[in-house]
Amino acid sequence: MDLAYTKEEQEFRAEVRAFLKEKLPPDLSRKVLDGKHMTRDGMMRWHRILFEKGWIAPAWPKEYGGADWSIIQRHIYDEEAAEAGAPAVLPFGLVMCGPVIIKYGSDKQKAFFLPRILSGEHVWCQGYSEPGSGSDLASLKTKAERDGDKYRVNGQKTWTSAAKWADWIFCLVRTDPAAKKQEGISFLLIDMKTPGIRVRPIVTIDGGAEVNETFLDDVMVPVENRIGEENKGWTYAKYLLGNERTSIAQVGGSKRELKKLKAVARAEEMDRDRRFRDKVAQLEIDLMGLELSNLRMIAGLRDGRGPGAEASILKIKGSEIQQRLTELTFEALGPLALPFQREALEEGWNEEIIGPDYAPPAAPRYFNMRKTTIYGGSNEIQKNILAKAVLGL
Amino acid sequence: MRSIAGGGLREEVLDFDYTEEQRLLAESVTRFVKDRYGFAARKKFMAEPQGFAAANWAQFAALGLLALPFPEAHGGIGGGAVETMIVMENFGRGLVLEPYLATVILCGGLISLAGSDAQRQTILPAIAEGKLMLAFAQGERHSRYALDHVETGAKKDGTGFVLNGHKNVVLHGGSAGKFIVTARTAGAARDAKGVSLFLVDREAKGVSVRDYPTVDGLRAAEVTLENVRLGADALLGPLDNALPLIEHAIDRAIAALCAEAVGIMETLNAMTLEYLKTRKQFGVAIGSFQVLQHRMVDMTIAAEQAKSMAILAALSADDPDPGARRRAISAAKVQIGQSGRLVGQEAIQLHGGIGMTDEYAAGHYFKRLSTIEKTFGDTDYHLERFPAFA
Repeated sequence: MDLAYTKEEQEFRAEVRAFLKEKLPPDLSRKVLDGKHMTRDGMMRWHRILFEKGWIAPAWPKEYGGADWSIIQRHIYDEEAAEAGAPAVLPFGLVMCGPVIIKYGSDKQKAFFLPRILSGEHVWCQGYSEPGSGSDLASLKTKAERDGDKYRVNGQKTWTSAAKWADWIFCLVRTDPAAKKQEGISFLLIDMKTPGIRVRPIVTIDGGAEVNETFLDDVMVPVENRIGEENKGWTYAKYLLGNERTSIAQVGGSKRELKKLKAVARAEEMDRDRRFRDKVAQLEIDLMGLELSNLRMIAGLRDGRGPGAEASILKIKGSEIQQRLTELTFEALGPLALPFQREALEEGWNEEIIGPDYAPPAAPRYFNMRKTTIYGGSNEIQKNILAKAVLGL
Repeated sequence: MRSIAGGGLREEVLDFDYTEEQRLLAESVTRFVKDRYGFAARKKFMAEPQGFAAANWAQFAALGLLALPFPEAHGGIGGGAVETMIVMENFGRGLVLEPYLATVILCGGLISLAGSDAQRQTILPAIAEGKLMLAFAQGERHSRYALDHVETGAKKDGTGFVLNGHKNVVLHGGSAGKFIVTARTAGAARDAKGVSLFLVDREAKGVSVRDYPTVDGLRAAEVTLENVRLGADALLGPLDNALPLIEHAIDRAIAALCAEAVGIMETLNAMTLEYLKTRKQFGVAIGSFQVLQHRMVDMTIAAEQAKSMAILAALSADDPDPGARRRAISAAKVQIGQSGRLVGQEAIQLHGGIGMTDEYAAGHYFKRLSTIEKTFGDTDYHLERFPAFA
């Protein structure tokens, strides 16, 4: 047992580090490190830089334009990118829909969609959840009825991140209302410019609007935009959700946030407060455990094992740690976290900030991160998975 | 239920019933919040220039709420901390935005406790009639929650004073016609002695105010004092020795906040319970899952403990023994902070995504609980202040 990386892996890390140093635009990393909101332009600027380098799709095979990195290389990249403050790349095309197209899509779909996902010409969003179907996703009601060589789609999707930016949406729709709930679902790719699609932003409790409701009224979708077979969508959906889980621990981002928390605490002289120091120490110890657990899962993947239900452990611990980090930052600031300065998180704001410059994101981040134990399969659902799949209860 | 001289807790601990007057008060505030303070109405009030509704303030005056805690000799009704608790608990249910805490409880309280006859005679009736709002300009950049941390200086100037300094996050500072300012007349930043109180007109030369919303939808302001010249009559209470009075007024305000938090927690728990009974997933109400049942039970226990401690705080807010008062108030604030965090976070979690949205009420209750924990000392501050080994 050895925690050291191989020589090749260490060289790869040096290469990533040099690339980030040279190519990551300082204005973007500044925004990430300061907890400000990222614009579509900012995100896509970074997307294009990675695309030109050939690193935009680390997990895709070379033949489809991916980097075909090993799981260890991907982990090293994630760590370095998080620490450097690289903006998150939108996952909906690259991590979610792309791999589904690669595995289950037709040659025509591959030829059309994959290059456009890579280049950033198409921004994607996800049409899974519905108002009545959250944890119980398979109960979804959005229906697609055959009408010649098209489907007529009617229904409503919700929590659609990036819908206002997106060119395409991948949707789970019900094509056989008579079948058992998992067996009547199909997986459609829908052009967001199709008549009948309407997007309404959902303002969240932090004042941001990163999620939306997406309404579909008589939206006509060519049958050729269906992935795989009709009524087999649940298989593809589960494959997609499995991919979502490999980066679920968010160790890199949390390490970066821990550094920030410590900087804020020092500036506010909370590093001298015994009670507060203990809380930060406890959190850091939790994060160390999570990092090792994550590495163990990654090593398992490298050796061809899993990811099994341990992904659920990483989701639970990872999200709890993400929340705790923002909670302690909010706490460290004392009353200085009270002024609501939403505009200060947006681009182009150059008025005087109330209090220290690290104050404006503290409360919005604390409020916003409550979502992490809800999304991506709520922590209650993850515990059900562990109880059944691991413990056999 | 009464908080009485000699310590309500010790002598009347088994009397938790409201008197007839208290019952009537509770009824009228409950009705006001129910009829006038729906979630949609609140949103409209928030959008008004001051961040709340002038019409509500006038209604408070008409209901006698603005005169409630003041002595009858000064146009008041002579209510105590229990009456304040009744008002604030109901205000919590509606997430009331108006500056009742800042004007009536805190500043009205300071004038009652520290004011000269002349000061009481002019200011208390003006508050009671709804003509004057005040704000307590106390916190500073490096004070965190320490009441003795005062760097703002008041220098003798003939018979009067000149004030210089900056006050942070002054609750409802933007709508105040007058400020009560803590300033140092002797000693260094954290000396207990040397803190004095001054009444400062918002319009006085050298006073500048930057008003803003806070993360819970209420308002606060930054207040800068630059060579503000005051007459001798601006001094409120004893020179150099205002700290004990400030502590007393803040302890009353904490008791009031505890009551507000209880109203919030009970409302949030009722909303969450309703959601558990009506939200269906996997073909059943999610409240049928035992895991969620136990979580809801934990929230109920947390709110019950908080309610008990809020009552203790009200009964002790005017305890003549400052040590006993402090002990009860800090204990209550710790319990409120812990219960509030649990109830607020769990309410969001049990609601799922809908709890994260601005258009649903739960998140707003959660945010107010989060800021109450940060007001007048957070949980750690009061754990430290609680004399466990005294």
